[in-house]
Amino acid sequence: MPKSLRAPAAHLAAFLASLIMLLPVYLITINALKSSPEASSMSVDLPSELHFENFLIAIEKGKLIGSFLNSLLYATSATVLATLVSAMAAFVMSRHRTRLNRFFYLFLIMGIALPINFFTLTTMMQVTHLINTKIGVIILYAALQVPFSVFLIYGFVDTIPRELDEAAILDGCRPPQLFFLVILPLLKPVLVTAGILNFLNIWNDFMIPLYYLNSSANWPMTLAVYNFFGQYQSSWNLVSADILLTIIPVIIIYLLGQRFIIAGMTSGSVKG
Amino acid sequence: MKSHSPYPLYFVLAALALYVTFFIIPSLSGIAYSFTDWSSYSDEVEFIGLDNYRTILSPDENYLSFIGNTLLFTFWTIIIKTVFGLALALLLNEGVRRFVNGYRVLIYLPVILPTLVVALIFRSILDPAAGLLNSFLRGIGLDALALPWLIDPTIALYSVIGVDSWKGIGYIMVILLAGLQTIPKDLYEAAAIDGAGAWAKFRHITLPMLMPALMIVTVLNVLYGLRVFDIVYALTNGGPGYATEVLSTEIFKAFSKGQFGLGTAISSILFLILVVTGYLVIRVMERQTDRE
Repeated sequence: MPKSLRAPAAHLAAFLASLIMLLPVYLITINALKSSPEASSMSVDLPSELHFENFLIAIEKGKLIGSFLNSLLYATSATVLATLVSAMAAFVMSRHRTRLNRFFYLFLIMGIALPINFFTLTTMMQVTHLINTKIGVIILYAALQVPFSVFLIYGFVDTIPRELDEAAILDGCRPPQLFFLVILPLLKPVLVTAGILNFLNIWNDFMIPLYYLNSSANWPMTLAVYNFFGQYQSSWNLVSADILLTIIPVIIIYLLGQRFIIAGMTSGSVKG
Repeated sequence: MKSHSPYPLYFVLAALALYVTFFIIPSLSGIAYSFTDWSSYSDEVEFIGLDNYRTILSPDENYLSFIGNTLLFTFWTIIIKTVFGLALALLLNEGVRRFVNGYRVLIYLPVILPTLVVALIFRSILDPAAGLLNSFLRGIGLDALALPWLIDPTIALYSVIGVDSWKGIGYIMVILLAGLQTIPKDLYEAAAIDGAGAWAKFRHITLPMLMPALMIVTVLNVLYGLRVFDIVYALTNGGPGYATEVLSTEIFKAFSKGQFGLGTAISSILFLILVVTGYLVIRVMERQTDRE
């Protein structure tokens, strides 16, 4: 291929790839605005007239406000809890590399690879009286995010100079003050990354509520959408509206935090 | 100083307690329960030795095909995601000089969408009669390729693999792109002076330098593929028949049916496959890296 054509050809290929990746979100957006018969084939054509009432119907019939608040509660609380306990653990394990702490670190990040045993976990949730409760789901989500969060934050702690710890201790800081007043603010970049990734993981999860939440009042958005789809399979305009409302928060967080997300996804895998 | 260490052990305890309570204890006790007839119908749990494992490994049952489907899914999604992910990473790293971040944001978009939502959208796109894919294929005259993607048992698993690959390519691309960006440019300049062509540069510089990133990508894909649940559950729920049934969807069915002993046995087999495959993949990749 002649050199002058190489860049346009590359742009064409990258543009086509981007288009294929964007297509489903486009489909959902335009079909959410169509009438039910018009949306039945989920075509790429633009709507002949705009049906904004689809969103109101989806919100009402799909009980989206309640499930939105549930998702927000689960994702926010579990993210804060997981990120905080992981940062505390990662800080001490990274700074104080005793044999015990190294063992704890490897033991914790092993969880990245382990499958969950849902049967015995059910028993554990029953014994701790957490099954079918909101607080139970929050604690469970936090526990499941710990291994990857520890892995992510552990690598970052090294970039904060130890001299800061020593200076703070000389100034009379106790360990909690050292961590919360000196270290935590400096961990901000990695905490944002871990926080966004944890939040999205929990927001998008479907498996934990499927196993452990049988009351629809506690359902997050994913499960509510799935249930809505079961009821309104023939009305793709309503299903599309319901799906669009579910993914809008995800897309907003993605666009605002994409640099942090990509930093988190690539950390450890490239620099070693 | 020792009594007042600035790095007290109790800082580790909260994370450890959550992890041990909800991860480790269930996993270990799960192995013990896999030798019992534990079910939701009876309060008594009796030791039945290897009976659950005999059931799973029996050729008269379907469980071996679920293991096979899981391995096929893992294998093909790795191949497709890595090939396309690498091609796109090379394209963004060397082909296009502008808008790299824009393309990357769009290509990565499916990764952050909820898997459930992706599955629902593709149920419409892959609809045999009205679906967008078949309408498109008929429109360009390829009627013969307009197949019943999720309904024909012989191709359903590959349709699921295709959808999952579509969702995951951006993730692989981003990791490989970051890997490509760490390769020093002067290596290529030196090779060009020596008269190396594009293929020789790729084979002798890009590929070996990218090995660590490729290794991570493969391990992540293996871990994901063996545990896959959402995409299969929401696209086909293991059907038609058992054509797309994987271990995690079967585990959920055992859970719903109250067959807890059998379910923990399947979970334990999944655990074992994860450990063995993970170990083998790392060994093979390490040997490959040594040879380069």
